[in-house]
Amino acid sequence: MNNEATQIKDRNFNGSKPSLVSKPNQAQELTGAEILVETLLDLGVDTVFGYPGGAVLPIYDTLYKNPKLRHILIRHEQAGAHAADGYARATGKPGVVLVTSGPGGTNTVTGIATAAIDSIPMVVFTGQVATSLIGNDAFQEADIVGITRPITKHSYLVKDANQLEHVIREAFHIATSGKPGPVLIDLPKNMVMSKGYYTGERNINIPSYRPVTRGHYSQIVKAAELLSNAKKPLIYAGGGVIRGEAWKELTDFAERTNIPVTTTLMGLGGYPEGKPQSLGMLGMHGTWYANMAMTECDVLLAVGARFDDRVTGRIDGFSPHSRKIHIDIDPSCIAKNVPVEIPIVGHVKSVLPELDKHTNKPEVDEWWNTIHQWKKDHPLSSPKLKDRIMPQHMIEAISEITKGEAIVVTDVGQHQMWAAQLYKYNHPRSFITSGGLGTMGYGFPAAMGAAVACPDRQVVCITGDGGFQMTAYELSTCVENKIPVKIAIMNNGYLGMVRQWQELFFGKRYSHSDLRGGNPDFVKLAESYGAVGLRATNPEEMKSVLEEAMKINDRPVVMDFQVVEEANCYPMVPAGAAINEMVEEPK
Amino acid sequence: MTPSKVEYLNGTDKKGTQLPKHTISVLVAHNLNALSRIIGMFSGRGFDIESISFGQGQEPGLARITITTQGDEQIVEQITKQLHNVIDVVKVKDLTFEPFISRELALVKVSAPPAKRSEIMQIVNVFRAKIIDISTDKLTIEVTGSGDKIDAAIGLLRQFGLVEVARTGSVALKREYTGDT
Repeated sequence: MNNEATQIKDRNFNGSKPSLVSKPNQAQELTGAEILVETLLDLGVDTVFGYPGGAVLPIYDTLYKNPKLRHILIRHEQAGAHAADGYARATGKPGVVLVTSGPGGTNTVTGIATAAIDSIPMVVFTGQVATSLIGNDAFQEADIVGITRPITKHSYLVKDANQLEHVIREAFHIATSGKPGPVLIDLPKNMVMSKGYYTGERNINIPSYRPVTRGHYSQIVKAAELLSNAKKPLIYAGGGVIRGEAWKELTDFAERTNIPVTTTLMGLGGYPEGKPQSLGMLGMHGTWYANMAMTECDVLLAVGARFDDRVTGRIDGFSPHSRKIHIDIDPSCIAKNVPVEIPIVGHVKSVLPELDKHTNKPEVDEWWNTIHQWKKDHPLSSPKLKDRIMPQHMIEAISEITKGEAIVVTDVGQHQMWAAQLYKYNHPRSFITSGGLGTMGYGFPAAMGAAVACPDRQVVCITGDGGFQMTAYELSTCVENKIPVKIAIMNNGYLGMVRQWQELFFGKRYSHSDLRGGNPDFVKLAESYGAVGLRATNPEEMKSVLEEAMKINDRPVVMDFQVVEEANCYPMVPAGAAINEMVEEPK
Repeated sequence: MTPSKVEYLNGTDKKGTQLPKHTISVLVAHNLNALSRIIGMFSGRGFDIESISFGQGQEPGLARITITTQGDEQIVEQITKQLHNVIDVVKVKDLTFEPFISRELALVKVSAPPAKRSEIMQIVNVFRAKIIDISTDKLTIEVTGSGDKIDAAIGLLRQFGLVEVARTGSVALKREYTGDT
């Protein structure tokens, strides 16, 4: 808790004062708390997810007096960070969190880490004890800048109210530019109480931070040549397509060149799955044909993807015959896990049209014949029963009733993989999931954030009985704010993915994965909060429950779908196997 | 298959082969948040730091950090890229593949009864080191030079009994004029 450690350095390396206070005559003198609210409004922030406490009381007092900034009182800071994350993923705008010092800050850690690994723009304001108390083990003191250092893109401890506006503007710039990520601003209580200048100066100049945007021309030409002459090319599109808003550019490129597209979990919706070029998701629970195409292709174009271990499987078996091109905004993502022949550092949105210009349509008819045969021989399985709900059936029913137009937010586990496989995503920012960190408890609060951000869209949270219980308390927030999230619980009484692995790899020893001994009555739980609770145990009830739920628009709905307990998610690539060594559903 | 970074931690690969040494020079905003981020990046991502030095750079507000580490090409490429990702980092240079000058300073306190002093002083002369403190039974010696030279000097002084050793870690800059060929 060394306060030196987090000093705000003077950005002007020649040692002069920052320019923002150079015109104090035109600047307004406000309290730190007022500067905070003014700056957020000026930056276009419309919603803050927060929770009050001692160190941030002056800020909450300002919010009370200035209700222009919408504040949503969450019920736990972790959920607040997830809600801001869901808000950011649904809109592309940075999510904003405001919490108090000590436990307020530490409770956001899981949410910040979840956002960091998935490159989600977020700005987290934490209260801090007064600067005179820092380092004294004061009440509700924690070195939150130190705790969050590895999971934030950048962080600040504000030590001068005059710098507050500048710091906030810089934080938003850093959070949203380059490869996005969370930025944390620690606000000692005396900083928000003391006076400083608000200037409205919007220029940001960070000499040490200049993310590359345009790709290198000759690299693009080389890549285009490789693609033009490919016999079996494949596009592997990741979350960068969504973060970089390059879905249109990707669709244009793939359609014109007729190159097949597979997306990662994070890239779902970046390429419409209704298009013939789509192979769906690849990786551990990807489609058979996507994984085979990855293994067999001769030229691989990775677009905003990072060769994650859930995608590559065993590295030496990953796409062994291909020459690889990698477009990414983050140089450190290139050649981190897999060597690449042609790296292109730049904004996917600007590189793809350039690449399109120089690429001739390759000869891919024969390649498509092979892929069509794979698609025919190994479709995704979606078993159905008459009297019980198969979990896969549940996803398909949701896909059907929402016509693929909903924002689907998932938790983590089997239901997440089925939701990724079987819901047909045709729009970007419509599939929201914790891909990198795999945070259970993420789904419901993130869905809440997405619903706040997009009140005109249907938001469906597909979750499990395990994950939902990690953050179910946010029903309270949804009821209070009339947030009509539809929560579809795939209730199999188990931690499904854990149980599946125990079944397949640990001799069916279901060690601590059975939740049936303590699961609540989810209908009653919902009702106790003033939400709507509905239950279905067979396909017929499922249909009518979904129909009824979709009509409710003034409060959250909890749907308890009691599905077949021991269904497994296939295809799957076992740990340590190559991605073409998939295990399919036993016949 | 790429070996995991952790296997490199002692500067060797799986077979125990010594990996190439790299000297990385980083120009960074002079604050401890930046220094913590850099060190945290190394430990969090399983990279090795053999030595690190931190001090003011050419302008106020800027610090220069010199890090020596070991690793193959891919590891060191990742290190430099990850260093660039630290917002406060202005410039990163892996000096290894170009002419560079580096120096390290060590203070070596050895036990030196009068009978041994002249022998120690001979060693000091050979290494162009300096005796900077003396007491009835101890000498403190300042050695400057490359890490190898300091290793050798300390190695030779060890026989007299090392009392304390303090090393700065290496500092380095690119060599400007490399001569006409």
